[in-house]
Amino acid sequence: MSRYVVAKAGEVAPGTSKLVTVKGREIGIFNVQGAYYALANTCPHEGGSLCEGRITGLVQSDGPGQYKLLRKGEFLRCPFHGWEFEVATGQSYCDPTSMRIRQFNVEVAPGEDVVKGPYVAESFPVSVEEEYLVVEV
Amino acid sequence: MKLPYHGAIDCDLHPAVPSTKALVPYLDDFWQDHLANRHIDRFGLTLSSNAPGLPISAREDWRPAQGLPGSDFELLRKQALDGFGLRYAICNVLHGAVALFNVDMAAALCTAVNRYVAKEWLDRDPRLRGSILVPPQNVDLAVAEIERCAGDKRFVQVMFLVMGDAPLGQRRYWPIFQAAEKHGLPIGVHAGSSFRQAPTGSGWPSYHLEDYLLQAPAFEDLIVSFLTEGVFQKFPGLKLVLAESGFTFLPTLLWRNNKVWRGARTEVPWIDRPPADIIRDHVRFTLQPVDAPDGKMLNRIFEHVGSDKLVLFSTDYPHPHFEGDDALPDGLSDDMIRRILIDNPLETYPRLRDAAGAANAQMNKEAVP
Repeated sequence: MSRYVVAKAGEVAPGTSKLVTVKGREIGIFNVQGAYYALANTCPHEGGSLCEGRITGLVQSDGPGQYKLLRKGEFLRCPFHGWEFEVATGQSYCDPTSMRIRQFNVEVAPGEDVVKGPYVAESFPVSVEEEYLVVEV
Repeated sequence: MKLPYHGAIDCDLHPAVPSTKALVPYLDDFWQDHLANRHIDRFGLTLSSNAPGLPISAREDWRPAQGLPGSDFELLRKQALDGFGLRYAICNVLHGAVALFNVDMAAALCTAVNRYVAKEWLDRDPRLRGSILVPPQNVDLAVAEIERCAGDKRFVQVMFLVMGDAPLGQRRYWPIFQAAEKHGLPIGVHAGSSFRQAPTGSGWPSYHLEDYLLQAPAFEDLIVSFLTEGVFQKFPGLKLVLAESGFTFLPTLLWRNNKVWRGARTEVPWIDRPPADIIRDHVRFTLQPVDAPDGKMLNRIFEHVGSDKLVLFSTDYPHPHFEGDDALPDGLSDDMIRRILIDNPLETYPRLRDAAGAANAQMNKEAVP
């Protein structure tokens, strides 16, 4: 398993995502209120590109006709069939035990460390002054 | 096959009101006078979806020498209650009152039918139980009729036709469900239509055959309505019993509901678990007619449905769905037969459970020297 520098930390603003390719694999980097998560860009259902889905909240209800939108920005809807996934865990809402998105470790590393290695920067230019997102694949 | 033992509970049996004149003594003075003035007491007030002259309205050997099929008490007692060795049988009277536009007349006639059933049928045999006929045209009047009948514990459910003014799960009908749940009465929904709406989504069909076949999709509509409107979240104690609906459509209905819910559930977030689980917990189906060619296929359907608790025994007397005494389809396991004949009906109808419990307690008491 290697660590790959995929983006500058500032490139992925809270509430957004960035699609990166590591070793030929598409990975979505998500920023949920300052915390970063890396998820395979492939829905476990039918393979929809998750980075094209809407980032949303969790709809809950206390009974018929009662609607609540909770945990705004923490869920992702697949653009194919609308299945909901928790960004932090990759778990689906409909079938959390057996239907989940593949997760990868992602962390913020200072440019100073990234320059030293053992990170793989591929063609990504790094400098000591900035912070970078590093994915483990 | 024949029933292997006595004590089955028939959850769909059809006594008939022989004529509107027979109901007159059960109407109050005003309605007696009014029906006579307008000659309405000479109308049959039968439903065209259950027209008594049609071959499918009765088995030939179950047709009385005179009068409407199901109107002869002695014949029904001999052929159905004794013939199948029934412990209880629930009388579902199909009557045109539910299709009238005058809601007060509809309510008066429903009351008369219920009084008639109590007096002319339930009083005559302790095995008989009743369904409360209510006017679905008006919720307040329907609730009032439930409240009027609920004290008589021989009434075990509330009765509707599958096709009425609007999808029955809608909130406007909830006071009815609230009253039913409070009194331990499942909502029974029988095949049939008041023909307020066309039985297809694209208009009126040409043939009676279509009316008959299109009952099954109407029952699917009904299940989806109860489910999406959240009736079972609002009334967790409520059971929905579909009579003469068939049930072999269930595997695809359950599967599609689960599938679509996964992506579309945020519109109806009160559906807080897979819909098939909710349907399995709350919806029941009477046995006849069985739309499966053989036992092997029927067992595969039960396997797909994933529950042995959904089907309730019925003869659908006097409607013709089987020959001779073969009221059970072939190929069922002993456990499944026991569930269909006895356990499932008792688990579905609290009032039958209470009656059976009281009868058993009485028997045990008498057994003690």
